[in-house]
Amino acid sequence: MLAALWIIVTATFFLMHSIPGDPFLGDKVTEAIRQNMLRKYGLDKPLWEQYVIYLGNLLRGDFGTSLKMLHRSVNDMIRDGFPVSALLGLEALAYAVTIGLVLGTLAGFRHNTWLDYLAMFVALIGISVPGFIMGGLMQYVIGLKLGWLPIARWEGFRYTIMPAAALGLGTLAVMARMMRTSVLEVTNQDYIKTAKAKGLSQREIVFRHILRNAILPIVTILGPLTAGIVTGSFVIELIFGIPGLGKYYVQSIFNRDYTLILGTTIFYAVLLVFLNFLVDVAYGIVDPRIRLMRSRE
Amino acid sequence: MRLASAQEITRDMFEPLQLGAGEGEAITRPPISYWREVVRRFRRNRLAVVGLVILIALLVFAFAGPLFTHWDPREQSLFDTNKPPSGEHWFGTDNLGRDMFARLCYGTKVSLFVGVMAALIDLVVGVIYGGISGYFGGAVDDVMMRVVDILYGIPYIIVAILLLVVIGPGLWSVILAMTITGWVGMARLVRGQVLQLKEQEYVLAARALGASHLGIILRHLIPNAMGVIIVQMTFTIPGAIFGEAFLSFIGLGVPLPLASLGTMANDGYQYLRIYPYQLIIPAIAIIMTMLGFNFVGDGLRDALDPKLRR
Repeated sequence: MLAALWIIVTATFFLMHSIPGDPFLGDKVTEAIRQNMLRKYGLDKPLWEQYVIYLGNLLRGDFGTSLKMLHRSVNDMIRDGFPVSALLGLEALAYAVTIGLVLGTLAGFRHNTWLDYLAMFVALIGISVPGFIMGGLMQYVIGLKLGWLPIARWEGFRYTIMPAAALGLGTLAVMARMMRTSVLEVTNQDYIKTAKAKGLSQREIVFRHILRNAILPIVTILGPLTAGIVTGSFVIELIFGIPGLGKYYVQSIFNRDYTLILGTTIFYAVLLVFLNFLVDVAYGIVDPRIRLMRSRE
Repeated sequence: MRLASAQEITRDMFEPLQLGAGEGEAITRPPISYWREVVRRFRRNRLAVVGLVILIALLVFAFAGPLFTHWDPREQSLFDTNKPPSGEHWFGTDNLGRDMFARLCYGTKVSLFVGVMAALIDLVVGVIYGGISGYFGGAVDDVMMRVVDILYGIPYIIVAILLLVVIGPGLWSVILAMTITGWVGMARLVRGQVLQLKEQEYVLAARALGASHLGIILRHLIPNAMGVIIVQMTFTIPGAIFGEAFLSFIGLGVPLPLASLGTMANDGYQYLRIYPYQLIIPAIAIIMTMLGFNFVGDGLRDALDPKLRR
């Protein structure tokens, strides 16, 4: 995990600094001003020294300052934007997990009925319609034509429903499909027969034996799915005008604000690697077999 | 429960068949090879066939579509901006007066190209890397898989964005951005397959007959892993098309005068409120592409996996 982080930081740093030219080149900038600016931002030092300084700052939690917006640091942006993004992401994840799991479970238990077909139809839409297109269409139909929900901005719970739904749809679909396959598979296992034979109630079989085992494969893909929600938020926040970190990130790309891109990229990378790590830990808790294997090593 | 009636069956009711020795053992149906069986199972899957039809329709649309229209996808006309669909312009025109039908054909072609190229590059790199890692095993495998594990932990869209910011947008930069960490999935898959397959007897036989390492990998291991590889590819293509559309939406997709389904959807989104058809038309094309590849991918996975045979 640390190796991955170090590679990301190093590669990002040197890639960004390999872009020819510097941010202060311009017709009106005299050589003296340029030199002063370079000195102020520490860009006159040799590259490796800048790298060491940057790494040191990172370790102290300082992501650097913006080159385009005066007195605005990456830390400010993260402080302003990340809580909003996190809220949006968690809401999307909540929709995706609850609805996805319920749909998938129902489809699994009612295999080849209209319920199954309905759930798989929803899943199909979620898989084939990219979130940003879904977002746009929802804005047009639900926001503009029907007027049920506000089209954009971020001013209360009503404003969060549409973007969170658009963001979570893809994840919901994957969840529903996997849960269905998983339930179908577990239902055919011998230990379910055993449970029935020893006279457990249907309720106990479903909740203690089928669902608990069926949910295991879902936990393994939770990592990539969360990553999908985090990166999906870049576009969703842009479309819905949400002042989250994703929107700032995309804007810094539009503005070619290199230090901002560098800082936010590293922040996102750290976040995603950390989330993956959490999922690994969670998997160990859910599945005792993994824990046993690890302790034996 | 018809024991009584069983007694009514007497010996003379049976008529012995006159068969020569071995004739009963003869195979009457022609033997079916693995790939013929795959085709048969694939054709029995209704959704998969629908997916295939969608894909063929898309290909025809992308390559034969321009023959049916005299509009140039790049030609702008400020007198014909934002025209709704009509007999003149089948899908209308966009905000620069470009014919949407011609542009959609062109965009579909570019998107499919990005998807197929990305999948091919993933295939070549992934198969070579995974093949070597799995075949030689031991320390080689440990080192090579460590690298893969690290790359696997890095979110690909972040790498793609970073790369495009640094090298600038372009058709091949987008393809490079999609593949730079994309091959890792294929490499893992191929390694897993090779690890299993290399213990088979026919590999031992080939080695005893003096086949070289490269010969064994290319002639025996890869063809046997082909099913899994093909399935992975049918999911890589829509993934790359999706990724390109995503990058287009944040201004890093294929640059003008090129167009892809993603850049068209992005252009259309700007005018969604007044001219919704400008988003809906490319959106339908993207959705069709996704549906087609996903149906075919699912169908192939079921058809290629003999374990699922019922």
